[in-house]
Amino acid sequence: MTAVETAVDMSTALGAVPIPSPVLTASGCSAFGRELEPFVDLTAIGAVVTKSVQLRPRSGRPTPRMAETPSGMLNSIGLQGPGIDGLLDGELPWLAERGARAFVSIAGVRVEDFAELATRLRGVPGVAGLEVNISCPNVESRGEVFACDPVAASDVVAAVRAAADPAQPIYAKLSPDVTDIVSVARAVVDAGADGLSMINTLLGLVIDPDTMKPLLGGITGGLSGPAIRPVALRCVWQVHAALPEVPILGMGGIRSGLDALQFVLAGASAVSVGTAVFNDPSALGRIHAELAAALETRGFASLREAVGYAHR
Amino acid sequence: MTAPHPRTTALTTPAPVADAPPVQRTVEVVGARPVDAYVELRLAAPEIAERAQPGQFVAFAVGGETSGLLLRRSIAISTAADGVVTVVVSAAGPGSTWLTQRRPGDTVDVVGPLGRPFPAPPAGARALLVGGGYGAAALVGLAAQLKEAGHEVAAVAGAASADRLCSVQELTELADTLAVTTDDGSSGRRGLVTLAVDELLPGCGVVYACGPMRMLQAVADAATALGVPSYVAVEESMACGIGVCMTCVLPVVGSDGLTRLSRSCTEGPVFGGDRVRFDDVGTLPWDVVGADAMGVTRP
Ligand SMILES: Cc1cc2nc3c(=O)[nH]c(=O)nc-3n(C[C@H](O)[C@H](O)[C@H](O)COP(=O)(O)O)c2cc1C
Ligand code: FES
Repeated sequence: MTAVETAVDMSTALGAVPIPSPVLTASGCSAFGRELEPFVDLTAIGAVVTKSVQLRPRSGRPTPRMAETPSGMLNSIGLQGPGIDGLLDGELPWLAERGARAFVSIAGVRVEDFAELATRLRGVPGVAGLEVNISCPNVESRGEVFACDPVAASDVVAAVRAAADPAQPIYAKLSPDVTDIVSVARAVVDAGADGLSMINTLLGLVIDPDTMKPLLGGITGGLSGPAIRPVALRCVWQVHAALPEVPILGMGGIRSGLDALQFVLAGASAVSVGTAVFNDPSALGRIHAELAAALETRGFASLREAVGYAHR
Repeated sequence: MTAPHPRTTALTTPAPVADAPPVQRTVEVVGARPVDAYVELRLAAPEIAERAQPGQFVAFAVGGETSGLLLRRSIAISTAADGVVTVVVSAAGPGSTWLTQRRPGDTVDVVGPLGRPFPAPPAGARALLVGGGYGAAALVGLAAQLKEAGHEVAAVAGAASADRLCSVQELTELADTLAVTTDDGSSGRRGLVTLAVDELLPGCGVVYACGPMRMLQAVADAATALGVPSYVAVEESMACGIGVCMTCVLPVVGSDGLTRLSRSCTEGPVFGGDRVRFDDVGTLPWDVVGADAMGVTRP
């Protein structure tokens, strides 16, 4: 990382696991970290949040998988990935060898899938914790997304907490596509989540005016990028106000250190950078340096002092 | 559950990864020249130029630092020499139009070189290079490299009309023979590139092609039918260009005979022409690895 050394203490934590930087990748936006190596010091960032992994390898959806939208994009990748065996054999050892921390995002279509993934990840070297991607359709509830139902969401989180390595914090990743995000947050925290990742993408649609049909192969897609930043920030603000003791990994449209600062002031103790990496592969190191400088200018001696400052 | 079954193809091996990793640099535009329907940009980018191999591409950030257009624009490298990288840009949407409006002295943020280069031909083989539209630009550096290595080079440049042809002059200077075709007959022979390809293919040891998907398919099929290995540089829409977004995939048969949705930015853009399942692009065939987990089963 090309960080200009500032006096600000940038260390933070994921649950009880200390990390040297509050800036992390976002799930699905940096694959498994490997491709960023030419641009980012993977050991200096907070952690590599991996692409959501499921039990079996997945091809993902047919193309087209993305559409550019004003200050953002719509994607329907369909969780393409190697499955947990591929991750355990290839990607996680690669990260561990380099001393990079992995925050492994897990996904499934039934509660037991999540629990089995958490079991497989117990004690795996380099795994700093788990992010539970509950923005998946629940096959046992006619495809309703877990994250949109506080009961289904807490079932998943309770099962993961029971199965997971006690040393690995688990963060539940919340969807903004709900009426009351605070009630979902409260439910998953009560079920044992050590922290909250927020937000996942917003469901969107683009129609191609030439073909007059939905542009994406998956019809709808997830909206990300700076376009969603105010929505994400509002979610972080509301949840931190209601649950000030619960650590939040904030994300949604972060592109600069000042964007990250807004999330910290709203209550996030760490941030993920997703879509901005497509625009600038060096974004993580740059945002860490910009955030440190911004905190120093505002008289903060540490990142921790600034967390939730806007509420005080 | 249905097990994907291996396909047996043997003419090509998957293109190996490039020799050097990419860099990200802010570079100066040192030349901007309209060439018929396109704009040729010259960039002072020594670290990219010294790493670049024919077949690779660069990815531009567009619209300036506060731009609402976030996705990178990936464009094939035409030539890379003496610290200068040359690309040919076709103004298709707001991002590429912004690029064509760059003037000498402007700076652009560029990542490269990216992707896998064209593999070297068998020793002494005669090579056929086929470019469609601005795709021909990506073959200029390759033609120069092949000539330098002592290969005989035949080239075909085709386009819808004369103003959509590209790099004809450069290829005329480099290749031993050059055929030009246009759909409307406004330059060269009237018809598709395959007219000339069918004539030039016999006696060639390898074919390299860059251009629209349908042209690549026709050229690859013609080569495969004669038992000639072909390598095609595909143009899929790419959001990042570096392999992290998974938007740029297409079905490709791997060395184990299994089909995967492969990233055209990091596993391509150069693929064996007999490995790309052109007819299945944009679909999810049941025998793709991991299609079963998406609920697609053998019919
Ligand atoms: C192409 C793409 C793929 C994504 N894949 C995942 C995923 O696999 N799991 C997940 O939890 N979130 C996924 N996300 C959501 C991001 O992790 C993040 O929550 C969201 O994009 C908002 O952050 P951003 O605006 O910085 O991108 C994906 C986002 C994008 C753009
Ligand atoms: S363009 Fe992002 S993975 Fe290929």
